[in-house]
Amino acid sequence: MSDDVRDVIIIGSGPAGYTAAVYAARANLRPLVFEGSITFGGALMTTTEVENYPGFRDGVMGPDLMESMRAQAERFGAELVTDDVTAVELTGDPKSVTTGRGETHTARAVILATGSAYREIGLPNEKRLSGHGVSWCATCDGFFFRGQDVVVVGGGDSAIEEATFLTKFADSVTLVHRRDSLRASKVMQDRAFANPKIRMRWNSEVAQILGADKLTGLVVRDTVTGETEQLDVTGLFVAIGHDPRVELLTGQVDLTDLGFIAVDGRSSRTNVPGVFACGDVVDHEYMQAVTAAGSGCVAALDAERYLEALADEPPAEAALEAAEVGSRIA
Amino acid sequence: MGALKNTTDATFDVDVLASETPVLVDFWATWCGPCRAMAPILDELATEHGDKLQVVKLDTDANPGITARYGITSIPTMNIYVKGELVKSITGAKPKPALLKELADYLL
Repeated sequence: MSDDVRDVIIIGSGPAGYTAAVYAARANLRPLVFEGSITFGGALMTTTEVENYPGFRDGVMGPDLMESMRAQAERFGAELVTDDVTAVELTGDPKSVTTGRGETHTARAVILATGSAYREIGLPNEKRLSGHGVSWCATCDGFFFRGQDVVVVGGGDSAIEEATFLTKFADSVTLVHRRDSLRASKVMQDRAFANPKIRMRWNSEVAQILGADKLTGLVVRDTVTGETEQLDVTGLFVAIGHDPRVELLTGQVDLTDLGFIAVDGRSSRTNVPGVFACGDVVDHEYMQAVTAAGSGCVAALDAERYLEALADEPPAEAALEAAEVGSRIA
Repeated sequence: MGALKNTTDATFDVDVLASETPVLVDFWATWCGPCRAMAPILDELATEHGDKLQVVKLDTDANPGITARYGITSIPTMNIYVKGELVKSITGAKPKPALLKELADYLL
């Protein structure tokens, strides 16, 4: 238990969380950043080369970029905690956050940058064969599929990146996508189409995952004709997108229809005063490292302004009056 | 007690299979981000519970023999061996409380 009420707590350690930490630290807000016990660096930790982050003419490795952001936040005095947040209480003042080790920390403002978690296809054998041929991380597991035939399912940049990466090891990579065109950026698409090891399987979805102890094949269904075919592959890499990580927040912060944290316009303000959100947990549209970083900056500036306004305002009675005025206007 | 050590293709049978105490083998590689995230948790496990469960690391890159013998296709994989038998396999990075829960039977 920590009695010290902080200015700001940041939950999350991707580009959004660390950028918020850099800005908050430089504003002397002494941010306390919960990085997660095994998730430090966020989604970029399982990517390879990032070619579209501005300022890196020759690209940068995802994990290296995150190490740099982390070091930058630390340099300005952000306090980093390698632990998970297991509970939050966001509605009161101060707000409190409980960690996996059972410690409770309090702050006047909280920035949510919890990101997103990979989506599962939802097939019966998917979980059971995870680690036995079914994978969500080509950079971790691709090496083990040397000389084998594998499938990547998905159609966005991350699916294409995984497929392209896997051609270093696998004999063939079949990209299974339920539409007849890709969402991925043009440059990534061209690279995939030019790669002789990548085969496209349009209008298709994985209908069954086969195998007792390890993956031995897949049944793929044509989404137009409904016809099915068995593919004898030993690897399945799932890259069908991500879902926002909002499980901690249930009932405390308004979400959008799609399940992302709802924010006010272009700001990071949630419906709860003093609670801000940024990065993939608010964004289903762009989901880029650079947009996440930008929104992390916005959140830190919003939090800073909120704290300034709190400091200017004598507490209790003024807040009550403000609320009354607010309700009269409404 | 219970400092973490490395095993190899050459020493695995002696280090792990012949061990009197149960052994957790962490199959990892330098390129694997989640493996790096697990490293400090496994260090703590070795320090806190090394007397009951030895913690041993195997670099899959340098040791393809044992990696293939146990059909490792995903890392991190943490295999538990008791008296030479593989009794449990945990794949993917796990927060410490979740890992301890999975290992409860071997930490009594």
